[in-house]
Amino acid sequence: MVRIQILTIVTNILFLAYIARLIVKGKLREEYAIVWIICTLFIMVFSFWRKGLDVMAHLLGVYEAPNLVFTGAIFAILIYLLHLSIVASKLQNNIKQLSQEIALMKMKLENKEVHS
Amino acid sequence: MQEKVLLILPCYNEEAALPGLLTELGNTRFPVNYQVDVVVVNDCSKDGTAQVAKNCKAQLIDLPMNLGIGGAVQTGIQYAYRNNYHYAIQLDGDGQHPPHQVPVLLAAQKQHNADVVIGSRFLGNGDGFQSSFIRRLGIRYFHWLNRIFTGNRIFDSTSGFRLLNQKAIALAAANYPDEYPEPESLILFAKAGCTIVEVSVKMRERQGGASSIGKTASVYYSLKVSLSMFFTFIRHSNF
Repeated sequence: MVRIQILTIVTNILFLAYIARLIVKGKLREEYAIVWIICTLFIMVFSFWRKGLDVMAHLLGVYEAPNLVFTGAIFAILIYLLHLSIVASKLQNNIKQLSQEIALMKMKLENKEVHS
Repeated sequence: MQEKVLLILPCYNEEAALPGLLTELGNTRFPVNYQVDVVVVNDCSKDGTAQVAKNCKAQLIDLPMNLGIGGAVQTGIQYAYRNNYHYAIQLDGDGQHPPHQVPVLLAAQKQHNADVVIGSRFLGNGDGFQSSFIRRLGIRYFHWLNRIFTGNRIFDSTSGFRLLNQKAIALAAANYPDEYPEPESLILFAKAGCTIVEVSVKMRERQGGASSIGKTASVYYSLKVSLSMFFTFIRHSNF
């Protein structure tokens, strides 16, 4: 084991523990946690299997292994951001419908109170 | 039999203009074959719009959060839909759309049996209030965009002074854009097979409050609206 391996493994375990804690406390929904858990698993694999990065880079025809890491990471981040935009759009739509319902119900209620 | 008409007044910070408009509406004589109701939709104003509307004894839909003009108008349309109104007419709360022009829209609907009637300030000899150069440029652009997407020749596609019949009310109650809804909804109506008619009306300067679209926002406005018009066109076309 090299120092950097120990460092990434420990960080990974801490990160996983934090995600677990968030889920237990109900602050993070499981469906959003999946992405983070998969990411940690990925990093965990390459922390133990040090040569793995070079093997993967060679397989995909990437000359410098770190470039593969950056490309992969940035791509994953972009996809996840898009996912978050979709979630935000859905939420906005739900909130809009809710407030319209509330406003219409409030009006109905007030009219009833006036007439009775 | 009388037909039921709902006048929808979407308001955002319109406490200055609203009382005048409501008094004017109260004094307006509408054709006898229509039963006209007024509803104020308060889009979570920061001023006393809601209180002013209550003091004037107007029917009030009070939104708990700010949805933007489209969301506010849609709430009014949903009210019209659930209460079986025959027609819904949007009348901006700032007083730009004079109540005495409402019968013009109603008459045009009867004459052409239209699903949507737009009150336009550009048809005819152009009397009444015109608007700024930038706005006119934008309106020209949307005229062409609309013509490309739907084949309709609508000159004032940004006008909010509109009448919807039951078919259009049902459509808009289910599906209406939140922001800058006017040009985009025209694509929606056209794609659903609605007949859209434009009539010349006289408009006024706003009686108070500020425009919802500033100078820098107009670039964003045209971009956002172009995009949504394009996607509304794609979504509702059967290729």
